Amino acid sequence: MIRKILCKGYLAVLLLALYAPIAIIAIFSFTEAKVLGNWTGFSTRLYQSLFMGGASASLIKAIENTLSIGLLAAAISTLLGTVSAIGIHNLTARKRQVITFVNNIPMLNPDIITGISLFLLFIAFHFSQGYLTVLLAHITFCTPYVILSVMPRLTQMNPNIYEAALDLGATPAQAVRKVIVPQLWSGMLSGFILSFTLSIDDFAVTLFTKGNQGMETLSTYIYADARKGGLTPELRPLMTVIFLIVLILLLAFNLRTIRQSTNKR
Amino acid sequence: MKMTKRSQWALPYVIFLGLFVVLPLFLVLVYAFQDRSGAFTLGNFLKFFSTSEDLHTFVYSIEIAVITTLLCLLLGYPAAWILSNPTYNRSSITVILFILPMWINMLIRTLATVALFDFFSAPLGEGALIFGMVYNFLPFMIYPIYNILQKMDHSYIEAAQDLGANPRTVFQKVILPLSMPGVWSGILMVFMPTISTFAVAELLTMNKVKLFGTTIQENINNGMWNYGAALSLIMLVIIGLTTLISNEKGNNAEQGGLL
Amino acid sequence: MAKKIIDIRGVSKSFGGKTVLKDINLFINQGEFLTLLGPSGCGKTTLLRMIAGFLQPDEGSILLDGKELGDTPPHLRPLNTVFQRYALFPHLDVYDNIAFGLKLKGVPEDEIEKRVRKVLKLVVMSDYEDRDVETLSGGQQQRIAIARAIVNQPKVLLLDEPLAALDLKMRKDMQIELKEMHRKLGITFIYVTHDQEEALTLSDTIVVMNEGRIQQIGTPIDIYNEPVNAFVADFIGESNILNGTMIRDRRVSFIGHDFDCVDEGFGENTPVDVVVRPEDIYFTTEAAKTQFTATVKSCIFKGVHYEMFVDTDTGNELMIQDYDPYPVGSTVQLYIDPDDIQVMKKERTTNALEATVSGEGSIELLGGTFECNTAGYTAGDKVRVEIPFDAVDLQDDCDAGELTGEIHFILYKGDHYHLTVKIDGGGALYVDTNDIWDKGDLVGVKIPKKKIRIVGAL
Repeated sequence: MIRKILCKGYLAVLLLALYAPIAIIAIFSFTEAKVLGNWTGFSTRLYQSLFMGGASASLIKAIENTLSIGLLAAAISTLLGTVSAIGIHNLTARKRQVITFVNNIPMLNPDIITGISLFLLFIAFHFSQGYLTVLLAHITFCTPYVILSVMPRLTQMNPNIYEAALDLGATPAQAVRKVIVPQLWSGMLSGFILSFTLSIDDFAVTLFTKGNQGMETLSTYIYADARKGGLTPELRPLMTVIFLIVLILLLAFNLRTIRQSTNKR
Repeated sequence: MKMTKRSQWALPYVIFLGLFVVLPLFLVLVYAFQDRSGAFTLGNFLKFFSTSEDLHTFVYSIEIAVITTLLCLLLGYPAAWILSNPTYNRSSITVILFILPMWINMLIRTLATVALFDFFSAPLGEGALIFGMVYNFLPFMIYPIYNILQKMDHSYIEAAQDLGANPRTVFQKVILPLSMPGVWSGILMVFMPTISTFAVAELLTMNKVKLFGTTIQENINNGMWNYGAALSLIMLVIIGLTTLISNEKGNNAEQGGLL
Repeated sequence: MAKKIIDIRGVSKSFGGKTVLKDINLFINQGEFLTLLGPSGCGKTTLLRMIAGFLQPDEGSILLDGKELGDTPPHLRPLNTVFQRYALFPHLDVYDNIAFGLKLKGVPEDEIEKRVRKVLKLVVMSDYEDRDVETLSGGQQQRIAIARAIVNQPKVLLLDEPLAALDLKMRKDMQIELKEMHRKLGITFIYVTHDQEEALTLSDTIVVMNEGRIQQIGTPIDIYNEPVNAFVADFIGESNILNGTMIRDRRVSFIGHDFDCVDEGFGENTPVDVVVRPEDIYFTTEAAKTQFTATVKSCIFKGVHYEMFVDTDTGNELMIQDYDPYPVGSTVQLYIDPDDIQVMKKERTTNALEATVSGEGSIELLGGTFECNTAGYTAGDKVRVEIPFDAVDLQDDCDAGELTGEIHFILYKGDHYHLTVKIDGGGALYVDTNDIWDKGDLVGVKIPKKKIRIVGAL
């Protein structure tokens, strides 16, 4: 019994420590003080100014960029990743091994290396850096995760069902659309959510590929802001909101996978 | 017939990988061995070994990474064990709560730590740096260990008990060896990002402490691409070695466990 | 005369240099239940997939209703397939699985509904239309897979080992239902299986295949009673396959005794293979009927009959099935009816191979170098050599011999085994031995110098 309390207590303390910093930000997002840690009474003014246009135009622009790059990168990666996964699945074992190895590199590489290597690529080919290069960089590190989440669906799939669809009169295109894609759907959705989360979370790769034409995402904006010393107060509600969105997305995602695996059993 | 056609669907991505993964890494290699004019040189590496500040930062970063990794292991293993043990935890939500911070923007987490230290008026410095790193990377240690402990076949433990092992021996001789692959992948997942972070250290120490990642970033930012590439290559070597060792150890532990 | 629906003419196929089908000629009549039967890797599934359109023949052509199919893609062929592991679409329910093909053809909704209901009734699954296919048992999934194929009213239904994944009891039930369905529908069934019993139960015609070639085509009764070669005899049912000599027409000698038989036209004193089914060897107490005696070695009850192994007075082992058991160790008197002795031409009597003389006293054969008397030939000459079956020496140790190979096929011939050994790097040797090997064993091959005989130049 004592052991049980000790163990549960240990988990509770760790969780408390893990969530304390975010909790503090969340709490102080409901007060107006410029400096964090100063409680000047409950207020939702920071939220109002964030959502009603009180925040600076550059912050709004950064949020827009983050969201549009996140959605675009996730959509393109999901498409590219799914098509590629089907292709890779049909390759000979040897070629599949080689591609899988290269595909793992962006997942294993530290962000800073991915960022610098892409930076050097754009420099070497005199590609002017901005929105497009950030998008390309995000597709680079998102697509491997899409392939990773689509691949198991393909291997689990009965290899005959594509042929069965052809046999029943579907053209190859119809067979892919009506039979293969519905099977891969959940893997594609996981890949999309994962890509979106990775993209809006990214900091290091974006920093190296955004160029110096004033293109910012939320991460780089926060970084620049924090380096100037002191956070813009509006960032507190923003961080709280982002945290909640990620929390909900991930909880939904994880509960779905848990439910699926228990259903199978 | 149809099969060979569909295998061609991989082609665009193969080109994409070549262009955006292989070629960039190759460029790091090329830039690292070139001077500003593009001629072959070992000067970038010589410069690194003769610049005592950079060399010192490099060694210091490894120290910090090792300390962080060890602390994460010390704190994370018990947590993973408790989480995987049905006597103490049956809820998958608790597990998710532990893993969730992995997915939250590193900068936000770091700034939150800064806020926490500010709130308690604790000084920012090396202590804050290590706290922030552990806070950032602990989930990366818990997750792989939890994963392997949770999948472990409970009959091994019962077999050990049946053969007369007390709980302590069961842990030492069965659970720990069998969970080693998870421990090694946890070490990899913590060590790699700690050695390569850059923004975190600046923010947590008010620029008082510099890590190797920051050195690389500064050089790239200041247009010293060749030197920056050489430093990146050195980091890649360290990371490659770590990966190799942990893969080797992970596999050995797995085999040992099976035997 | 029945109308040919499918005509396969000179079809060959190889994958990566390995020949899977060699010059297949076969026609299938309208309404027939035809089974392609053979061990795994014999090419039967490849042939079926070619008819369905998933593969193209390298050579030859396949005609449907007299028209060449050519490279018509599968979705335009009026044939439907029932796949080995059903291949039901897991994201669709039973109804939508069956309606899949009809919807693609643009059949009106009410017509689809009528036809789906009808086939569901035919496969006795009427109440299941809203069920998720993954919740169905193997047998039920199989019925849905059949329903999904036949609802399109194909000219030919192709079935690729459809019962292989079911348990024995279910398989037996489904066999009866398939036969019944075939009768009701009246369409042509082409059925692929490696299960000889299934083939005998279901088919109008059986095509026995081995190593990419058709061995025999016939009715189940023909194939069982009159196998054309040792492979067919061994593959279909239990049998005693023995070396024999045709003394003259209607008189054959095997297991050291002479027997009357009904076969003619083999010539005199010709080596032959003799097949006697185990249920065709009879026990007798009458001295007049007795043809030979034997000692019972083992006796096992098999449910309906007893299966006994006996050693004959001349040292051959025979398998006998009888309704009555005889005690182990007892001496029994036996006879065989002339009708029940099946005499087959020997496919080969010796290993006939091509070789190259590589120097004085040595030849290159199947990729290895052997010592041999090369008098009269010079290095570089291409020669024909013969090696008797019993001259080839097989070793456990792969490094022990001049060649290495794998035991590919085993035939028990009463007093010895006749093995087909696939040599690494191509080619095969046939070996008679008393040693017991298993299929797939890797062996080293040795051939004594004296036993390799050069019979002439090429």
